[in-house]
Amino acid sequence: MDALTAWVLILGLAATSLGARGSFILFLTRFEVPRPVQRALRFVPAAVFTALLVPELVFAGGTLRLGLDNPKLLAALVAAPVAWRTHSTTATILVGMAALLLAERYLA
Amino acid sequence: MLLSKDFLAGARACLPVAPGVAAFGVITGVAMVGAGLSPWLAVAMTVIVYAGTAQLAALQLFVAGAPLPVILFAGLVLNLRLVLYSLALAPHVTGLSRRRKLALSYLVSDNGYAHYAARYAGTPDTRSKIDYLLGACSAVWVAWHVGSIAGIAAGARVPEGWHLEFVVTLTFLALAIAVIRDRALAVAATAAGVTAVLAYPLPFRLGLIVAAVVGIGAGVVWERWTR
Repeated sequence: MDALTAWVLILGLAATSLGARGSFILFLTRFEVPRPVQRALRFVPAAVFTALLVPELVFAGGTLRLGLDNPKLLAALVAAPVAWRTHSTTATILVGMAALLLAERYLA
Repeated sequence: MLLSKDFLAGARACLPVAPGVAAFGVITGVAMVGAGLSPWLAVAMTVIVYAGTAQLAALQLFVAGAPLPVILFAGLVLNLRLVLYSLALAPHVTGLSRRRKLALSYLVSDNGYAHYAARYAGTPDTRSKIDYLLGACSAVWVAWHVGSIAGIAAGARVPEGWHLEFVVTLTFLALAIAVIRDRALAVAATAAGVTAVLAYPLPFRLGLIVAAVVGIGAGVVWERWTR
């Protein structure tokens, strides 16, 4: 990543995080968010996390690969029960990375 | 003011979550370097942006070739939950100096806010409340930066071919599973995941945005239907 791109990314992201945290503390001090919007916000993390996750697992080089010969998908299937059981990001990463390295070595 | 009794109480309350926050910092640090940021730019990003999930999403999208506007929009969507904290805090900060409001606008984090809310929901004593919140958020801030700087240092030493970028994907796997706590949330996640695959051919990784909107809509509709 070249330095200019990195700084645009950093400052742009900083604007979104400062803007979000400061939204009602600094700016809109007398505003109330409508109820339906508050209800919808509850679904943001679940929807965004899966939308980020799934394509990374099922697409390899732009083609859909739903079989178990896809190392990333296989690693995720191994790591998912760990995430479910432990609720630990660290454990999920350790198991998933180990599974990926093994799958790459023995599937190819 | 700073380092008052309430500030220290807030900081102490956050000690149990400090290892978890630091671990997430390590992951983000490793991921930043893995995405091709130089160590110094990675430090700059983690100090200036200070929003772990938004940073991770941005890095993942960057590596996948998404253009900057899409990356920033995704960051904005992920930071929407911070708007909720801001909204909840607004009535309690009206009398504060601008400097403290600015400090809060930078420091408020998931864990810091959660500890504050757990202890002070519905208590009127504003002064000690805000000190407690600042203490809790400062402790989380320190834990986060210790972790992420360690991660940046470690990530710079990891050889190629270890697929460090997959660390980010696995983080979102763990986060997605952790936030799916009821059926409506599962519906939202499933709809978003399926849509993300179907909409993948869209240019500029716009499929992510479409999938997020469809997922949120599906959750809302499901909740309304089943009530």
